[in-house]
Amino acid sequence: MTRARPPLALVAPAAAAAVIAVIPIWYLIDRSLERGVDEVIDELWQRRTLDLVLRSVGLTATVTLLCVVIGVAAAWLVVRSGLPGRRALRVAFTLPLAVPSYLSAFAWISWRPGLAGFTGATLVLTLVSYPYVMLPVVSALSRLDPAHDDVARSLGQSRLQVALRLTLPQIRTSIAAGALLVALYVLSDFGAVAAMRYEVFTWVIYGAYRAGFNPSRAAILATVLVMLALALVLAESAVRGRAEARVGSGSPRAGNQVPLGRATPLAYLFVAAVLGPALVFPMWRIGVWVSTYVSTDISVHDVGGALGQTLMLAALAAVATVLLAFPTGVLAARSRSRLARTLERTTYVGHALPGIVVAISLVYVGVRLLRPIYLEVPLLVLGYVVLFLPLAVGAVRNSVEQSPPRMEEVARSLGDGPMRVLRRVTAPLALPGIGAGAALVLLATMKELPVTLVLRPTGTETLATRLWRYTSVSDYANAGPYALALVLFAAVPTALLSSFSGSDRTHSVRARQSVEAT
Amino acid sequence: MSDQRTTPAVLAVHDVRKAFGQQQVLRGVDLHVPAGAIVAVLGPSGCGKTTLLRLIAGFEQLDHGSITVAGRLAANCGAAGPTMSLPPERRRVGVVPQEGALFPHLDVAGNVGFGLRRGHGPDGRVAEVLALVGLAGFEKKRPSQLSGGQQQRVALARALAPKPSLVLLDEPFSSLDAAMRGQVREEVFEVLRAANATAILVTHDQQEALSVADQVAVLLAGRIAQVGEPTELYASPSSLEVATFVGEAVVLRGTAKGARVECALGSLPQRANGPVSGPVDVVVRPEQFAIVDTDADNHELLTGTVVARSYFGHDGIVRVSLPSGTVITCRTPAGTLPARGDKVSARVMSPVVAFAATE
Repeated sequence: MTRARPPLALVAPAAAAAVIAVIPIWYLIDRSLERGVDEVIDELWQRRTLDLVLRSVGLTATVTLLCVVIGVAAAWLVVRSGLPGRRALRVAFTLPLAVPSYLSAFAWISWRPGLAGFTGATLVLTLVSYPYVMLPVVSALSRLDPAHDDVARSLGQSRLQVALRLTLPQIRTSIAAGALLVALYVLSDFGAVAAMRYEVFTWVIYGAYRAGFNPSRAAILATVLVMLALALVLAESAVRGRAEARVGSGSPRAGNQVPLGRATPLAYLFVAAVLGPALVFPMWRIGVWVSTYVSTDISVHDVGGALGQTLMLAALAAVATVLLAFPTGVLAARSRSRLARTLERTTYVGHALPGIVVAISLVYVGVRLLRPIYLEVPLLVLGYVVLFLPLAVGAVRNSVEQSPPRMEEVARSLGDGPMRVLRRVTAPLALPGIGAGAALVLLATMKELPVTLVLRPTGTETLATRLWRYTSVSDYANAGPYALALVLFAAVPTALLSSFSGSDRTHSVRARQSVEAT
Repeated sequence: MSDQRTTPAVLAVHDVRKAFGQQQVLRGVDLHVPAGAIVAVLGPSGCGKTTLLRLIAGFEQLDHGSITVAGRLAANCGAAGPTMSLPPERRRVGVVPQEGALFPHLDVAGNVGFGLRRGHGPDGRVAEVLALVGLAGFEKKRPSQLSGGQQQRVALARALAPKPSLVLLDEPFSSLDAAMRGQVREEVFEVLRAANATAILVTHDQQEALSVADQVAVLLAGRIAQVGEPTELYASPSSLEVATFVGEAVVLRGTAKGARVECALGSLPQRANGPVSGPVDVVVRPEQFAIVDTDADNHELLTGTVVARSYFGHDGIVRVSLPSGTVITCRTPAGTLPARGDKVSARVMSPVVAFAATE
């Protein structure tokens, strides 16, 4: 569009979104400094704090590395290998996203309690988060120009050389983006580490918050956690630099498939080694739980009620988040002004905020400023909005960017003012992206645990909270039906997600998961 | 040029300047487009022609100068009068962008009727304009079901539907393949003339500009270098830059001596009003050369060896290397096209254009 000032009708709601996004930061600063700077230094200058940092960083690094290996291999298999059934495999490899990390964790320790600790946390977090690397790499690989490979081969390069010298550099930024998502996810995951009893930041923060005697300790630790997350975001944007565009025009041919030949059984072995523990195992455990569960009318009613609550909250969160994200997304895509950039970046703060931090900051705000909606549905939805705004802003921005600004210019020249253009051209064109954003928020909200646990209205039970309640006391028989319902309903938006990743990458890249924060 | 002064201009661009950051793109552009005229703005890529178009449409804000559309001030900055800029929707300027930019979520009727306000009989107008562009009955088609040429015609119909004062076409044929381009171009300009529309065509394709426009404005390095009818532009370029940009030419250093110039091709007659003395650049068009019989005994003949040739069917081009090292480009009828390596003689058949050398 033009360099003119962006319209106020967009800036005002975008500014509101930015303000909402920074609520937790305001809380953190305010609360951390409540007892003075000395207290902060005291709290940080302790052996246990250092241990906490080391454990969190160690877990994050290990899981991220494993996810990169598995995610890139899986992406290559479903895009470039000649493996039969690749399309179905792509969906299957994505489905572990529908398994909440705490559910997977309980599936494992209910079977082998000895897994608790670093090993179990690493196993579970790797299995649920490798798709965050796979999805962006799948779309990057699909976008590569196969003519490059042909040219390189004709210049005497072997397949391996092509992969290392040509393919890898071109998908590097997608790998980095995916690795960032995994790292943020691991840092902010609450359910899996709690189930595995591995003391990292989120669990300790939750404990400090629950214990209640020292809220500023929770805030100080949360600040350290947010700093770690911010460092990751900055590191990733340094790696990313500028994304390369495809040079030259013409529609690309379908990618060359590399026949696997005698390596085919090996490929299937890889598939089994990933999908077995990531998908089949938790489903088998859920099956076991359900089969030992003795049905009574009241419990069926309870499952239905929790499912209803879950869907209602997820729908509210999706609508609220997308509505609030739309102005910011449009501004980010269409305006080059500094104001627009700042507003967009501010909403991405949620990107680096673990759910548990958002939850306790909204408790603080709720008690002080929003008493009437404290522990009511609106405040809970506000929590989801803060967490998931980046998902929806990214999706809207991406879909608006895909339609050329010429469209809007032509509409202006045909006599429409900026707001009419927004309604008649921009919004309809962005509809697929808005839908994708809504699906992401829907999925994320269904699986979300810490914000729901802390902010839900008294007496409200969702599938996630019920599941949490039963599994944390090892009552797996009662958890079974809830687990089944959650996984089945989460699988729908997940399958949609895997089909988006083929055509464009940003939906998945921006699909920040910290948020699906268990 | 003279009729521009007398006919009221639909578009008057006065001393327009525009920079993006440090990059000065337009350095004072003046342009007058009389009613009903089709003016081509011709320039190499990066000369600022698309920027000029976007300023006229109101998609960009000018740094200096003024733009008047149909007698109404559309934008003004730094000149007499208030600094202002009408938004694009109030300029009544239709735009046909490069790839058509049809709205993919609307059918053909929805696209063409987009700029029509309800109550102005949009249905009748949509059918009317669609008939004008030869797409009657296409109302319910989706943009994705149309060929590139059809999309371009729908984009034109959409721009014409609200009866704009001026239509801007931004390289509208460059995305079409060569085979279709000529045909679609002819159709589009037939429609524009039938609608008696005033139009500006921005293009880097000199053939396109020369073949369809009433007037061609050559935009070089952010300034209008020359405006004129196509024939005038080609035959009497106002500068060496225009001469070499519009059409092919051999340029040689020489010295003016009254009505003649001395150069590597000998002493040649020059056009009227050229420099009478001093160093000059001599411009010779390929069709000013004629390949003649080597046997003819004439000291004015240039004899050399054919180093390259291109055959176009109706005629051909040969490059001849002269003993002096100068290479000349000659257009010859297809029947007499010499082969590579042939010894040929050529002579200059008409007065050449010379410009006082700048250095």
